[in-house]
Amino acid sequence: MDVINQDALSIAELIKKREISALDVTRAFLERNDKVEPKVKAYIKVADELALARAREVDMELADGIDAGVFGGVPIAVKDVLTTKGFPTTCGSKMLEGFVPVYDATAVERIQQAGTVMIGKTNMDEFAMGSSTENSYFGPTMNPWDLERVPGGSSGGSAAAVAAGEAPWALGSDTGGSIRQPAALCGIVGLKPTYGLVSRYGLVAFASSLDQVGPMTRNVRDCAALLGVIAGYDPMDSTSIPGELPDYLGGLTGEVRGLKAGVVRELSSEGIDTVVKERFGEAVALLEELGVTCEEVSLPSFSYGLSAYYIIAPAEASSNLARFDGVRYGYRAPEEGEDVWEMYDRTRAEGFGGEVKRRIMLGTYALSAGYYDAYYAQAQKIRTLIVRDYGRAWEKYDVLVSPTSPTTAFKLGEKVDDPLTMYLSDICTIPVNLAGIPALSLPCGLSDGLPVGFQVMGSPLEEIKVLNIAYALEQAIGFDARPDI
Amino acid sequence: MAISIEDVEHVARLARLKLTDEEKETYRRQLSDVLEHARRISEVDTSDVPPTSHTLPLRNVFRDDEVKPSLSVEEATGNAPWAVEGAFKVPRIL
Repeated sequence: MDVINQDALSIAELIKKREISALDVTRAFLERNDKVEPKVKAYIKVADELALARAREVDMELADGIDAGVFGGVPIAVKDVLTTKGFPTTCGSKMLEGFVPVYDATAVERIQQAGTVMIGKTNMDEFAMGSSTENSYFGPTMNPWDLERVPGGSSGGSAAAVAAGEAPWALGSDTGGSIRQPAALCGIVGLKPTYGLVSRYGLVAFASSLDQVGPMTRNVRDCAALLGVIAGYDPMDSTSIPGELPDYLGGLTGEVRGLKAGVVRELSSEGIDTVVKERFGEAVALLEELGVTCEEVSLPSFSYGLSAYYIIAPAEASSNLARFDGVRYGYRAPEEGEDVWEMYDRTRAEGFGGEVKRRIMLGTYALSAGYYDAYYAQAQKIRTLIVRDYGRAWEKYDVLVSPTSPTTAFKLGEKVDDPLTMYLSDICTIPVNLAGIPALSLPCGLSDGLPVGFQVMGSPLEEIKVLNIAYALEQAIGFDARPDI
Repeated sequence: MAISIEDVEHVARLARLKLTDEEKETYRRQLSDVLEHARRISEVDTSDVPPTSHTLPLRNVFRDDEVKPSLSVEEATGNAPWAVEGAFKVPRIL
């Protein structure tokens, strides 16, 4: 039995039944990392010693008959945007090189309570700004399906780690598609939950009204299980939704007959590569065979989603990233200059990479006197129109579907010098964040050896409906290809 | 929407970023491109549309003001590039 090819739920079962020790599981994944990590570079830092120590603890707990947690001993990778107490957290930035958090993010605390073993912090676009993981200060991550191509971003490290068998599952974060787009490009499952379902405490802020933490997994069952671990009210996040949680895993019946799905015209025709449209169309046909009524729906405001997002997200980022000033944590320019103002200017110029500076500039411009109404205020009104378009759609449809990404994985360096072209990678995923709704990407086939992603969107807190349709479709598609690495 | 080098310098000053001349020119060009694309939103008539800053129906989230354990001074200053005797050290302010 090759444990690195098992999904997380199966690994949890094997450990519980004592068929394999937690230590052997962690060792197997660390060995796999030794083998493929030089090619993939999914991690910023592997937590090998910590992981081995934690796995030994789990084994001792099991030997003593102590509950080791629902996922006791199951390894997990964590995007380096979530704070981990006592373990470096960089956000892929020189600004936070050497930063060691003094508290755990709530999502991290919850995966630990569930008994998982964190095996490393994964690579990402700096401060989660990017769609290719090329904006990391620590260098790019390669797509396990083709090492000359990007894994998507910004959670590209988490996606590549799961796809390459370096972790059975991972946590990511999604502000405009940063879980779903890399999941699509790496052939795995990724879910952005409803805004407020997973606590943002300890998630280093990019755009606070859009950011969500979510699971990145090999299949839909693991995705539902990991969501169940991290979801739920947290008093440390004032935007956390109170209330009881449903049983996400138990909700996967695979029974979808009679449901209605709307195929969003604005996200599935213009600007979408032909090969993506083909695989997407085949998946829609499979949904219909499963008894789901599929019909095209037009949501006109979505055409403006990308433009509104690239005002709103940089505006929020420009305020959030004001905290990086070289005083309380992180980098400080060695040549401080004359006074504190020069120290700020130099620290931020040297500590931030090109894309982060670009977005800070863009956001500052959009919020500045004379431009606020034309850009930021107008973008927020467009956001209202997008929320309303979704609202109208939920009156008629259970879910909405589209491709996750307009293209399959592109070549490293192909878009990095052209921000606008890079931003277009997020065209299908952005409306979801603007409306705060849940959406999942699952693989729906290969095109020229590269995975294509299928996006399922649902109304707020309808994760079970989204997961269940994805589960039924996953079974029908039977996607079992793995990268040859 | 073409923006000028002066615009770039103004915004960089507001954002506390020291830019090289080369960076200024790159950002001038790139920001013009992105803003040109973003200007499409002005085509939409939004005169009767309220803005959305947030998608949750939550309003005024309060908690009781209770004294709870917090970080020690050592923990709070431990990540600072320069801290002395529990205080952050910075260059001249005035």
